Amino acid sequence: MSLSATTAPPPAASPEQAPRKPRLAHRLARFDLKASPYLYIAPFFIIFGIFGLYPIIRTVWMSLHNWNLIAPDRRSFIGLQNYVDLLSDDYFWNAVRNTVGIFLLATIPQILLALFLANTLNRGLRWRTFFRMAILVPNVTSVAAVGIVFGTLFQRDFGVINWVLSLISVDAIDWRNTTWGSWTAISVMVDWRWTGYNALIFLAAMQAIPRDLYESAAIDGASRWRQLWSITLPMIRPTLIFVVIISTIGGLQLFTEPLIFSGDSLGGNLRQFQTVAMYMFEKGIETTTTAGYGAAVAGMLFLMIIVASVLNFLLIRKSVR
Amino acid sequence: MTSVSQRPSGSVGLLVPPPLSMARESAPRRLWHASPLTYFALVVAVLFSIYPLYYMFIIATRSLDTINDVPPPSTPGSAFGDNFQRVLEADAANFWQGMINSVIVASAVTVSVVLFGTLAGFAFAKLRFRGRNALLLATLITMMVPTQLGLIPLWDMMNTIGWYGNILAVIVPFMVSAFGVFMMRQYAAQAVSDELIEAARVDGCSTLRIYWNVVLPALRPAAAVLGLLTFMEQWNSFLWPYAILTPENPTVQVSLAFLSYAYYIDYSLVFAATAVATLPLVLVFIVFGRQIIGGIMEGAVKA
Repeated sequence: MSLSATTAPPPAASPEQAPRKPRLAHRLARFDLKASPYLYIAPFFIIFGIFGLYPIIRTVWMSLHNWNLIAPDRRSFIGLQNYVDLLSDDYFWNAVRNTVGIFLLATIPQILLALFLANTLNRGLRWRTFFRMAILVPNVTSVAAVGIVFGTLFQRDFGVINWVLSLISVDAIDWRNTTWGSWTAISVMVDWRWTGYNALIFLAAMQAIPRDLYESAAIDGASRWRQLWSITLPMIRPTLIFVVIISTIGGLQLFTEPLIFSGDSLGGNLRQFQTVAMYMFEKGIETTTTAGYGAAVAGMLFLMIIVASVLNFLLIRKSVR
Repeated sequence: MTSVSQRPSGSVGLLVPPPLSMARESAPRRLWHASPLTYFALVVAVLFSIYPLYYMFIIATRSLDTINDVPPPSTPGSAFGDNFQRVLEADAANFWQGMINSVIVASAVTVSVVLFGTLAGFAFAKLRFRGRNALLLATLITMMVPTQLGLIPLWDMMNTIGWYGNILAVIVPFMVSAFGVFMMRQYAAQAVSDELIEAARVDGCSTLRIYWNVVLPALRPAAAVLGLLTFMEQWNSFLWPYAILTPENPTVQVSLAFLSYAYYIDYSLVFAATAVATLPLVLVFIVFGRQIIGGIMEGAVKA
């Protein structure tokens, strides 16, 4: 980069100004050059520090306390007691099971479907922009709207989905009150909103692959499948890792779809679809006396996210070369 | 992370579709031929993508008694005005206040994210200072931080300074975005000419003046995409507003949630509200969809 060229000649070098106020102008220019970059990036670091980073660190601190959100005098340090309690808390483990279950049920089909869609879009197509826009429309829809609309589509007695199933003689499914039913319904909501988006990300990566690779593979007699497996997937590996990790971070924090589907943070009459984020909300926000315990739930969720991200990274790096 | 630096960032094509057509002409056409099966698969995908939204508009325009119909209603009715009237009269969630608040919140955050994003992006791309690479890396890493997990202390903080139920609580924390900084940095690196900056310096321009008169105009296309993405994200934001705002003074999404709790039997009412809350973004998307897709796909290649 020609950065040195940009910064080298301070205004003092300009002949008209130099004789008049050499000292002040020179100093100002020097200050401008030295300080400006830091001033420009400062807002980001300050605001992120206060409202992004600090609360995360404070979560750990709070989790070591018995913490009342609205009565500051009812707070006391209790060490790791919250975590000890969590480990034998059935509701917590239930939430972990639900979160991981829904995450797997949603993410695996989503990634596969997105890869398929991207591969399909990566052709000489008519109406290319139309297709891309249409599959991205779900992502523009708010999560709250998705929860409301799909909650109705999955309604037991008159929902469109049970009606379609009745055409092929499947009895009405109680999507809300069964574990697998609710997990499936929530996974469908997540996938509806994110599959098209991820497909476009994959498509962008696929378009960066040199086309002559495919040409020579075709000449060598490699089938379409073989090309997908041996050229496309390895070439988009960084993007694949990126998408899977982002999906993991988002999926483990799943909150809004099940919340709207349930109508509260409990996730069904038997908590059959209460996620960890919902449990954190129930304990940490809705119940003001147990904020410390809620913070401990957040801490465990953080741990889950880190472990899952690292596992994913290692897994994909190994399997796709 | 290595792929970031290794990827050639030569093309300035943030808003221009990649030059595929040329490549396609020279390649054997058979290889990239789209068969009828391709189109069939895409049409199915499109139908799945569109149907829930279509269903939303159908129910929003129908009176309540048709929801039980078998088969389900598939054409619009004429009861939308009626349904929306009931939304405005519903006191469980101030829907109209929610719409106004959402416009304010999304606009304020968008202006701020674009302003600070272009400033920091310019600094990272074109100014030389000690610690630049380390700080850029730090910015990238913050993108991975699941900030939702700081929800409880953030709530505590806002409650302490008296912002519970105040829309400032959903504006201020989101005034900067690491994604915005990074996106602007990538674009500035290729779209702002060093010669122009140099010339402006020789003419005695201060750095701020260079930002305003040289850098910002050059960044305008990318800044517009960043603004669109930020506005949509903020319009749809849910968890934090739901935690810190009240039904008396909600954002539109929070209002929707409370409506759906209170009127869970009155589907027409809830769907009319949902349709009105969704429509602005669908319109924005129809008008600027090409740019938004360009931004998402370009961002993906960079990341």
